[in-house]
Amino acid sequence: MSLVAQGAEMARRSVLQTLRQPAMVIPPVVFPLVLMAVNVGGLQAATNLPGFPSDTYLDFAIAFPFIQGSLFASINAGSSLARDVETGFLKRLALTPMQRAALLLGNLAGVMTVALISSLIYLAAGFAAGLHFEAGVAGVLVLLVLALLIALAFASLGALIGLRTGSGETVQGVFPLLFVLVFLSSNALPRELIEQDWFRAIATVNPVSYLFEGLRSLVIFGWDGEALALGFGCAGAIALIGVVGASSALRTRLVRT
Amino acid sequence: MSRFADVARAVAWRSIHRFVTKPQFLLPSIVFPLFFFVAFAGGLSNVSNVPGFDFPSGYTAFQFVFVLLQASAFGGVFTGFSIAADFESGFARRLLLAAPNRLGILAGYAIAALTRAAIVGTLLFCVALATGMQVHGDGVDLFGLVVLALLINMTATMWSAGVAMRLRTIQAGPAMQMPVFIVLFLAPVYMPLDLLSGWVKAVAHVNPFTALVDGGRDLISGGDVRVWLIYGVAVALLTAFAVWGVRGLRRAESAG
Repeated sequence: MSLVAQGAEMARRSVLQTLRQPAMVIPPVVFPLVLMAVNVGGLQAATNLPGFPSDTYLDFAIAFPFIQGSLFASINAGSSLARDVETGFLKRLALTPMQRAALLLGNLAGVMTVALISSLIYLAAGFAAGLHFEAGVAGVLVLLVLALLIALAFASLGALIGLRTGSGETVQGVFPLLFVLVFLSSNALPRELIEQDWFRAIATVNPVSYLFEGLRSLVIFGWDGEALALGFGCAGAIALIGVVGASSALRTRLVRT
Repeated sequence: MSRFADVARAVAWRSIHRFVTKPQFLLPSIVFPLFFFVAFAGGLSNVSNVPGFDFPSGYTAFQFVFVLLQASAFGGVFTGFSIAADFESGFARRLLLAAPNRLGILAGYAIAALTRAAIVGTLLFCVALATGMQVHGDGVDLFGLVVLALLINMTATMWSAGVAMRLRTIQAGPAMQMPVFIVLFLAPVYMPLDLLSGWVKAVAHVNPFTALVDGGRDLISGGDVRVWLIYGVAVALLTAFAVWGVRGLRRAESAG
C-alpha cells in the first residue's frame, strides 16, 4: 500500500473517530464563539481609545476564535495519539508495514477537519454579526489557509506531547500553558496600545501575538505584507517544530514497542 | 451535633490535606487566578482611559475584585471536582455508609472549599498590593469584600456539590464549570456596566453576579455600597444552592 493510501486510511479513521465524539467537535466550535461574543460586548468601548485600529471590536476580535480553536486542535490531537498509545493501538500498528509519516499525518486529519469546519463557522458567525473584511474574498481564502496552518502548528505540538508522554492526562495538563501564551499576547489590544511596558515586552516576544496580528491584518488593514509574513512565518516555524518533534517521538515510541 | 461536627471535621481535614499536599490540586488553584489577574490588569490597563471609565482606585483594583470573586467561585467548583472524584473512586459511597450524620459530609467539603478560597484569596491580596493596587475602602469595607468572596465560594460549592452528587462522575466537570464560567463572564468583567454594549449589556443587567462584582468594586474603592442589595443577593443565591446541594446529597444517598 502506498504512503498516500496508508495516510488516507489513517485519516479516515481519525476523521470518523473525531466526528463521532461530540466532546471533540462541540467545544472547539462553541467555546471560542462564546468568548468572542463576550469580549465584543465587553470591550466595544475600547475602540474609543486613540489609535485603536478598527471601528468595531468584532473586526479586531475575530482572530481570537481561530487561535482558541487551534488550542482545542492541539488537545484533541494529543489526546487522540496518547489514547492510541494507552490502548496499545500503536503497538499493533508497529507490527504492520505502516509508514510513520502516514500514521502521523493521518492522525492529524481528524483535528484538521474539525479546524476547517470550525473556521468556516467562525467566519459565518462573524459575517452574520457584521464583520467588515478589508481584504475581500481573496483575503478570506488567505485567512482560512493561515488559520489551518495555525491549527496544524498547535495540533502537531499536541501530537508531540501526546506521543512523547503517552498520557492523555498530561496532554490536558499542558492546555493551560498554551492558554497562558494566548492571554500574554496582543489578543485583546494592539501591542502599541498595551500600557504596561512589561506586558508589551512579553507580547512582543510571544509568537502568538504575530499569529493574531497576521489573521487580524486581513480583516482590518487589507493586505499587510509584514503582518502576513510574520503570521505565516511563526505558524510555519511552530508547525515545523511540532511535526519534526512528533515524527521523532513516534519513531522512539515505535522502537520502544 | 457532635456527630455532625465530627464528620464535617474529618471530611474537611482530608480534603484540605489533599489540597495542600498535592501540587496537582494546589498549583492550578493558585496559578490561574494570579495569571488572570496579571493578564487582565496588565494587558488591559489602557482600558481605564476609555471615555466614561471612572473608577477611583484604578484598573488594577477594578480587575482585582473580579479575579478575587472568580477565584472564590472556582475554588467551589474545584471542590465539586473532588466530590465527583471521590464518588468515582468509591470513597464517597463508603463515606455515606460510615457517616453517622451525612449532612456533615457536605459541611466538610464546604469547609475545605472555604479554606481553599482563603488561601488563594490571601495570596491574591498579597500580589495585588505588592504590584501597587490602590485600596480606598477602609477595614470594614475590605472585611465586607472578604465576606462577599466567601459567600460566593459557598454558593459555587453548593452548586457543584449538587451536580457532583447527582451525576457522581468526574465527567460532570464541564456541567459544574461551564455555567459558573458563563455567569461570571456575562457580568461587567472588563468595563463598568454602563460601558458594555449589545446583548452582553442586556444580560449583564439581569445577571445577579453583576450586583456582586459591582458591590465588591464599591467596597474596594470606598464608594457608596448598597449593602442590602449585595448581601441580599449573595445570601439568597447561597440559600437556593444550599437546598440544591442538600437535595443532591439525598439523591446520592438514595442511589446507594
